[in-house]
Amino acid sequence: MTIAEFEPVPALVGGLLIGGATGLALVLNGKIAGVSGVVARIFRRVSGDTAWRVAFVVGLVVGGAASFVLYPPSASFERAASLPVMAVAGLLVGLGARVGGGCTSGHGVCGISRGSTPGILGTVTFMGVAFLTVFVIHHLVAGGAS
Amino acid sequence: MRGAALLFLPGVVFGVGLAVSGMTDPGKVIGFLDLAGEWDPSLAFVMGGAVLAFTLLNQVVHRRAKPLLEGELPGRRAKGELTPRLFIGAALFGVGWGLGGICPGPALANLGALRLEALVFVPAMLVGMLIAQRVFGADA
Repeated sequence: MTIAEFEPVPALVGGLLIGGATGLALVLNGKIAGVSGVVARIFRRVSGDTAWRVAFVVGLVVGGAASFVLYPPSASFERAASLPVMAVAGLLVGLGARVGGGCTSGHGVCGISRGSTPGILGTVTFMGVAFLTVFVIHHLVAGGAS
Repeated sequence: MRGAALLFLPGVVFGVGLAVSGMTDPGKVIGFLDLAGEWDPSLAFVMGGAVLAFTLLNQVVHRRAKPLLEGELPGRRAKGELTPRLFIGAALFGVGWGLGGICPGPALANLGALRLEALVFVPAMLVGMLIAQRVFGADA
């Protein structure tokens, strides 16, 4: 793995945009726009509650694409795992987000901001387990090779 | 829903924010999660900035009785219960995030670049969500 560079400014700007976007969704229709919840509830097909979710998700994909093209530094992508491992990771992320009721945006951004005890403890839990997982994969399993 | 298409706009801003922040780069995310390696604390600033912006807008919006388009505003402060389900789910999520370096928002943003990783990750994530809804019920 390459040595990552400390880049607090794009991180802060990106964070302000992410928080601004979830705040704008709240201002527009009063919804807490945690990504995993927005996506998962598309499949419930509750009348009148699906179109805004689809619009938000399409916007997210378009916004990512636009940024990658218009601001090339944002297109930096270093693969962290093989494709089969990515499939397992995706399954666990989707399962865990819906079992636990939130992800990095719902529990993290919105939950912490709203002083939600489950949001804060959910974030602490998944961060802690993610730190531990990376330690096991990159230092124990990889035998310190990385 | 009235004006549903307008929610495209915060979606775009969210996607741009994820890409600019570095959250869409698994290498960067692993660098942040790897406390024992060459630790890169940058991504802590993503959460800091996002919480700051959302907190401000959450204060401002409550000067109104209702959202601009329709619906009701949730409470300024969240209420919620601690359940085993929360901790089990968050732990599973943490393993997945640590393995792949990608969480749901960045996975979708990376779909915009048609990256193979995202094309594998996102369908698997949707399957995981559907399993959660089938086995554990719709919502935590």
